[in-house]
Amino acid sequence: MTTTEKPNMIEFRDVHKYYGDYHALRGINATIKAGEFFSLLGPSGCGKTTLLRTIAGFEDISSGAVLIDDKKMDDVPANKRPTNMVFQSYAIFPHLTVEENVGFGLRRDPRSKDEKAKAVAEALEMVGLKGYGKRAAHALSGGQRQRVALARALILKPKVLLLDEPLSALDKKIREQMQVELIKLQREVGITFVLVTHDQEEALVMSDRIAVMFEGQIAQLADPETLYRRPNSRKVANFIGTMNFLPAEVLSEGAGGIEVEAQGFGRMTLSTDQVMAGEAGQGAVVGFRPETLTILYDSQTATDREVMGTIEEVVYFGDMTYYDVKLDGTTEALRISMRNVFGRPVLEIGTRARVAWSPGALVMFR
Amino acid sequence: MEQGAARGRFRNSEAANGLALVSPTAIYAILLLAAPLAAVVLYSLMVDSKVGLSSGLTFDNYLKVWTGRIDQALMIRSLTVSSVVTLVTVLLAYPVAYFVSFHVKPERKSMWIFLITIPFWTSYLIRVFLWKVILGYNGVINSGLMSLGIIGEPLTIINYSLGSMIMTLAHAYAAFAILPIFVSLEKIDRSLLEAGQDLGESKLMTFIRVTLPLSMPGVIAAVLIVFIPTIGDYVTPELIGGGKLPMIANRIEAIMLKQNDKALGSAIAVTAMLIVTVVSVVFLLLNRRFLRGQSK
Repeated sequence: MTTTEKPNMIEFRDVHKYYGDYHALRGINATIKAGEFFSLLGPSGCGKTTLLRTIAGFEDISSGAVLIDDKKMDDVPANKRPTNMVFQSYAIFPHLTVEENVGFGLRRDPRSKDEKAKAVAEALEMVGLKGYGKRAAHALSGGQRQRVALARALILKPKVLLLDEPLSALDKKIREQMQVELIKLQREVGITFVLVTHDQEEALVMSDRIAVMFEGQIAQLADPETLYRRPNSRKVANFIGTMNFLPAEVLSEGAGGIEVEAQGFGRMTLSTDQVMAGEAGQGAVVGFRPETLTILYDSQTATDREVMGTIEEVVYFGDMTYYDVKLDGTTEALRISMRNVFGRPVLEIGTRARVAWSPGALVMFR
Repeated sequence: MEQGAARGRFRNSEAANGLALVSPTAIYAILLLAAPLAAVVLYSLMVDSKVGLSSGLTFDNYLKVWTGRIDQALMIRSLTVSSVVTLVTVLLAYPVAYFVSFHVKPERKSMWIFLITIPFWTSYLIRVFLWKVILGYNGVINSGLMSLGIIGEPLTIINYSLGSMIMTLAHAYAAFAILPIFVSLEKIDRSLLEAGQDLGESKLMTFIRVTLPLSMPGVIAAVLIVFIPTIGDYVTPELIGGGKLPMIANRIEAIMLKQNDKALGSAIAVTAMLIVTVVSVVFLLLNRRFLRGQSK
């Protein structure tokens, strides 16, 4: 089976959800493939958690349909769905020990007590909590609670594992470590993971595909690289990473591409897949990511094109430096991020700089 | 030198501040609770004769109480009544607390709690007396049923019976049982209930495996709050029981005031207190067990 022919695991068919007058989900259409690591990304209140909860069965939908493994879930209660969830608060039962928590869902499992105990021990080992079984749930750290929540869900071998902002309560180091572990775990068990997050970096790091949501709708559904390099709207571009914008105008459109004149950069030709629909009343712009521009050092020459500018602000990050550079002929400074290299000092404010760029790295919103 | 430093540390410590804060209450409690209690214990070890309390200490009173048939019977009756009252009250209070916690909108909860406390705006004595009006020989129920021709003569089951005493007491302590159970239900993280269902359990099984154990501290608090005062209740047996079904408090009153035997009365009082203590400690230990599993 090739990757493109994976069967559908979850399908949303024109899903709407109202809370009274509030229209929380506005016509969601999407499919999630079996074995995929899928993320729902968006700002708070965009409906991503609501959508996840419609999969789990904690939220009814007002119209449309949610299908899991080609079966309509309309009348299937949460406890009968082939999904398990890792809650944002982890929802570890405080009156039970770690192993009682992990084995909670095995009550009706026909296996013998010993086999169940073995399954619990294996699940704990899988999440790196071997030997923690007898501990009281309240004696665990945040990261350990999350592992218990994972083991408790995965031991039931669900078709889909739902993760509701599972990493948001952890501090940065543990969060990054857990991201990697979750990816590994997902590859290992092969279960479809659906992650809800508001952290764009987390979504980019972990997902096979990402649905970016705003105001109850999916704005763009794509793999991380497409989403980052070819956002289909300024809103998506701004939500994922940083993007600089410069006013531009279309000179002519032909079969070979689109002739564009952008402030500071001058004339260029863009291919049609670089041009996205803009928002009404905002005017056409070209956009580019901070790392697609390079400040050239003395002897360096640009591989493609070069413009002049003045450094207005320097922010040093250790491995990176952010420069705010005002290109000649532009009204606003642009952010350029440069990897710090040994032997090259950080440039000072006021320095005149040669900036290398390439039309291929741009996107246009018109 | 080191001692002085330690003393300085103590003076500035939180413990010292805490003691300073509670001292007025503590002094009040010692004077008005501990001192009379000590007096009662002391009385119980003396002998009360017509000339006054003896100075020698003896266990004779306790021997009399523990072997006395009336005292034993009344103690057992008190225990039975308060146990049944506790059971009935907690069983009736739990669904009410559950309903308010889980099915009343958050903004309406305080109003519901407020409404539940309304019966407490009148004094206990008046409420008990009102039950007498309802349940009594010529009370509302009997005269109502008689005027309807359903019964020919007043029902004796409902007046001067243990049943009517239990009914009265259960009503009197209902709110005391509802509140702690409500609080413990409120504290339950609602995502735990979703987790229960997510892991394959029905709503009923989730209640049994998650909600009920997590609300046990509230249930145990309710048990203690109802059990302790009802075992020593004096008013209800007097009014509703018509003095024909005395409990241990009525016995103490009779011995202390009518027979004027302070020593024997004190011995009964201390005995009753010891029994309450034993029962309470058992429940407190149970509570500790539940609390240990939950403290964050």
